[in-house]
Amino acid sequence: MKPAPVAYARPTSLTEALELLAGTPDAKVLAGGQSLVPLLNMRLAAPTLLVDINRLPGLDHVMAAPDGVHVGALARHSAVLADAAARRTQPLLADALSHVAHATIRNRGTTVGSIVHADAAAEMPAVLAVLDGHVEVASVRGRRRIEARDLVVGPLQSSLEHDEVALEACFPALDARAGTAFTEISRRQGDYALCGVAAVVMLDEDGAVASARCGYLAVHETPAVVDLPALVGARGPLGDDVVTAASDLALGVLDVEGDIHGTAAYRRHLVRVLTARALRTAYDDAATRTTTRTTAPTPTTGGTA
Amino acid sequence: MSTTSTDQAAEPTYDVRLVVNGTPHEVRLPARRLLSDALRHDLGLTGTHVGCEHGVCGACTVLLDGAPARSCLVLAVSADGAEVTTVEGLTEDDGTPQGRLGPVQQAFVDCHGLQCGFCTPGFLTTITAGLRDNPDPTHDEAREMVAGNLCRCTGYQNIVKAVERAADLAGRGRPDGDDARPADGGAA
Ligand SMILES: Cc1cc2nc3c(=O)[nH]c(=O)nc-3n(C[C@H](O)[C@H](O)[C@H](O)COP(=O)(O)OP(=O)(O)OC[C@H]3O[C@@H](n4cnc5c(N)ncnc54)[C@H](O)[C@@H]3O)c2cc1C
Ligand code: FES
Ligand code: FES
Repeated sequence: MKPAPVAYARPTSLTEALELLAGTPDAKVLAGGQSLVPLLNMRLAAPTLLVDINRLPGLDHVMAAPDGVHVGALARHSAVLADAAARRTQPLLADALSHVAHATIRNRGTTVGSIVHADAAAEMPAVLAVLDGHVEVASVRGRRRIEARDLVVGPLQSSLEHDEVALEACFPALDARAGTAFTEISRRQGDYALCGVAAVVMLDEDGAVASARCGYLAVHETPAVVDLPALVGARGPLGDDVVTAASDLALGVLDVEGDIHGTAAYRRHLVRVLTARALRTAYDDAATRTTTRTTAPTPTTGGTA
Repeated sequence: MSTTSTDQAAEPTYDVRLVVNGTPHEVRLPARRLLSDALRHDLGLTGTHVGCEHGVCGACTVLLDGAPARSCLVLAVSADGAEVTTVEGLTEDDGTPQGRLGPVQQAFVDCHGLQCGFCTPGFLTTITAGLRDNPDPTHDEAREMVAGNLCRCTGYQNIVKAVERAADLAGRGRPDGDDARPADGGAA
């Protein structure tokens, strides 16, 4: 349980980092180390060179802009979670981050590192995907943008080239008339989920569902996003028939497998339960935001609750 | 460990400066040396315990520039220049060579918060930082504070009590803090 011998470099400029990576075919970027160091310890990874990016300047930002939350490669999960402006701009980000590991791991692990690590059981890749976000990457060849839907190509496999460094992830801002929800079930709080669902529901001007989609973690070999046209036109409270139709759609797309932590049948059951829960919460969230924004008097407060 | 004759001759080594519990150290280490091993083997500070070596158990937790971190998931070389607090650094100076137990340590004694003690260093460092950020936790917050650390002996109840007791002990030490929660279950 100790890493194999490895060389180490701690560049202080991005150019230097990119040249080191380009010059060493099996070099690896070291960010927070919360996924990479366990792999090194178990010798599941044995690169010849570690390029520690922790001293690169200008990469630790969490910036809430009108278009969304920009998270630099060195922003720790804990900093993103604590950022009030980021939470207002895209609440799904903080909702999901509170499920990522424990505070001690979040102190070092980076949100961008989690995304490019491309674990199908991790929260951040699924959240970036359901929001249609993207990642900015750089190499000696220049910069490019990778859309979230093109980012994860297989289990623990991202579409970054070996010599590319991810500089920033962008989580689009919450739309007007949209609501979100995140929910997951794990064996113990802080563990990787057995199933997790991130939902985004948009309402039309009359308060009916205009569009709905869910992102799934831990129930497909990659983070999966499923559009749910079955919900369009529905109004709250969302009925059982509507949410059942939605989870039928999701289960038609997801390739749910079992493992030591839970059988495939149990996980499919979780897809149903959590899809319903997430969609209802996201719908209510959208309805509340819409009424608050238009400052209309809260409807239907009288009568039976 | 660092003197055994494995094939280390060809392995590159790096200068690493660490300030551990206020004392500066300079060591030359291979990149693969984990901070946990550097503390234990190179600096002789064996208070930091190593359980799982993949981030799950929390026994190896130290404070890295003040924030709790798994020392088994940090390469010593990448902590170069950092300030590290280990369990050895949690005692308070009272003029004696061994010092006096800090409030979290004292609370573990008072509440029977340990049995074999293997997990204890990680709990003590985690709670020390946790109470610094949240000096007066609710019961749920006290539980949450230790949720990332595993203990195979105690069943956790006394550890949670120790968090609350430590908050009281530390509160008494603060100028405005002696009206904290009653220590022996008085009126709320
Ligand atoms: C006990 C434990 C529990 C955990 N639980 C969860 C959980 O419930 N949910 C969850 O999502 N995660 C969990 N994690 C993982 C954690 O979120 C990691 O922080 C995260 O997956 C990786 O971020 P990092 O900065 O630590 O990356 P590292 O470990 O440094 O790197 C991970 C991988 O990404 C690459 N990489 C990192 N940054 C970049 C970059 N900027 N450009 C290019 N490549 C890069 C590295 O080369 C490596 O291959 C857990 C970890 C532990 C130890
Ligand atoms: S030894 Fe580091 S977390 Fe278990
Ligand atoms: S006291 Fe024995 S493991 Fe916690």
